[in-house]
Amino acid sequence: MNRAGRFLLYAALVSTAFYALAPMWVMLSTSLKTLDEIREGSLIAAPHAPTIEPWLKAWGTACSGVRCEGLKPFFLNSLLMTIPAVLISTLVGALNGYALTHWRFRGSDFLFTALLVGCFIPFQVVLLPMARLLGAVGISDSVFGLIFVHVVYGLAFTTLFFRNYYIGVPGELVKAARVDGAGFFTIFQRILLPISGPIFMVCVIWQFTQIWNDFLFGVVFAGSDSQPVTVALNNLVRTSTGVKEYNVDMAAAIIAALPTLLVYIVAGKYFVRGLTAGAVKG
Amino acid sequence: MASLGIHNIRKIYPNGVEVLKGINLDIADGEFLILVGGSGCGKSTLLNMIAGLEPVTEGEITIGGKRVNDLPPKDRDIAMVFQSYALYPSMSVRQNIAFGLSLRKVPKAEQEATIARVAKLLQIEPLLDRKPAQLSGGQRQRVAMGRALAREPQIFLFDEPLSNLDAKLRVEMRSEIKLLHKRLGITTVYVTHDQIEAMTLGDKIAVMKDGVVQQFGTPDEIYNRPVNTFVAGFMGSPPMNLIPATLAINDGKLCAEVTVGPTGSKRVHLPLFGFDTSTLDTLTSTGSSVLLGLRPEHLTDTGRSNGMTANLTVPVDLAEPTGADTLIFITLGGARCIARLHPTAVAGRDEVELVVDTSAAVVFDRHTQEAIAFARV
Repeated sequence: MNRAGRFLLYAALVSTAFYALAPMWVMLSTSLKTLDEIREGSLIAAPHAPTIEPWLKAWGTACSGVRCEGLKPFFLNSLLMTIPAVLISTLVGALNGYALTHWRFRGSDFLFTALLVGCFIPFQVVLLPMARLLGAVGISDSVFGLIFVHVVYGLAFTTLFFRNYYIGVPGELVKAARVDGAGFFTIFQRILLPISGPIFMVCVIWQFTQIWNDFLFGVVFAGSDSQPVTVALNNLVRTSTGVKEYNVDMAAAIIAALPTLLVYIVAGKYFVRGLTAGAVKG
Repeated sequence: MASLGIHNIRKIYPNGVEVLKGINLDIADGEFLILVGGSGCGKSTLLNMIAGLEPVTEGEITIGGKRVNDLPPKDRDIAMVFQSYALYPSMSVRQNIAFGLSLRKVPKAEQEATIARVAKLLQIEPLLDRKPAQLSGGQRQRVAMGRALAREPQIFLFDEPLSNLDAKLRVEMRSEIKLLHKRLGITTVYVTHDQIEAMTLGDKIAVMKDGVVQQFGTPDEIYNRPVNTFVAGFMGSPPMNLIPATLAINDGKLCAEVTVGPTGSKRVHLPLFGFDTSTLDTLTSTGSSVLLGLRPEHLTDTGRSNGMTANLTVPVDLAEPTGADTLIFITLGGARCIARLHPTAVAGRDEVELVVDTSAAVVFDRHTQEAIAFARV
């Protein structure tokens, strides 16, 4: 490529990156400014005297609704809900995918199709029936209820992921293990799971993002003690009493988004690799 | 080690497709059985049923005289080698071999001894700590066999084990499998679509088509006395020539009247030697229109006459030198036929004189395609 072409390419890339990063910059710099500086200065200027005061307040003392304990308790709620929900839905999805590909039974194709439909059901449709169900089982307004909802809703996706991955694993591998004397779970655990790393990453990232970022299920099904951080952030930002503290709002928003960012940074490279992974050659 | 019995086995899939239509095979302890046929003939399904990987719809499978229909694969005391080798990708060669042993709770020391013995037998000792991905095709094949051997099974099952190898390696591994069988004497069932593998390896061959065993016998029987035109055409390379002919009595002898050359204007009478005279009447009466089956090596140059032959001069349509022999394409009875000649007998000629060893011929009914008479008794 010649010089001019290369220059154009880089110019395009840099401006795109700038465009994408600008809001992040505004959030970050605003969160490090005092309220006075925000009122006087411009939106995109760097903070004169950076302060972490807004971060501390967002984490520990800001009021969301009537509680003034910052995001901390809600952040913990989110962790308590997300981690089990991600792990359970991923593991069950893996088992589903394994059974649907290597232990086919009468009607397994129909079952898979039916599961796929689950990917296309909008959240709003299941709100009312789910609320009745949770109430009937006695886990409404609790973190268990939320975990249950997210596991059920996520299964369609995780099953799809694992099914498409395992369909590339030669059936002879499972047959060989059966002849060797391994049963359903032994084969899953000793043969399939060790080669499922990439798709596990995809599933974990996908599910973590979905569940952590969810607002609707959180606002509907959580009790006041089990609200996830997304709901708390909304309450915090929309509190109508007192002065509007943009710096605290920004810090709170970043805190709420941090775990998903972290998951992408740590496991992001596996995401693309897992999505494009083909058959496993034995 | 054990005998294997397959009695009236049928396989019907839930969608109504019948892939095996009543199979009967019996092999004795230590025998090498080949299941051969084109794709979709049901040979792999049958093997999977022997292994216990596919349920049996109807009939009975016995190993060592014991009915095993309802036993899971692990309780049948079998070992299987797959076409794709099916080595566990996340395990080393050592772990691959030990997997079945550890599942059966064989003590560690004994496992180590078995691995060492098998590795030595197959010369894979330097590979024990590698992963399957780091092995070549031939090495994977050996490891797959090692894993099967470690079980010390009653019956060995092979599912087209050589078809993923290149030609040279295939020939090498073929003789190695034969040696191994000779040495260990384990009853073996071997599925292949390759008729050369079938001929070279088997004690018994079952030629299958459309879920039916066409012929079950020794390689010699299958090759020399095929029961129908399918077997005649499937076994042997090039296949048996099937020459449209008319049976007639000429000078008191049974003859086959055949047209010669692409135009078919010339007719010859080939005396058929060595046919049982008691079948003569039926042969000449049941409509005399037949297919005369002759292997290419029984249509050969004059240097190979054995006295039970007829001579024939034919125009050469095409010559294919293969080195040791030259194959020539000729037209007999309006059908393309192949003759196998010594290279010097063909060189540069438009017409050659052939001797036809009719004492090795098989007579097929032209309508039913079944064999109706064999020459050699």
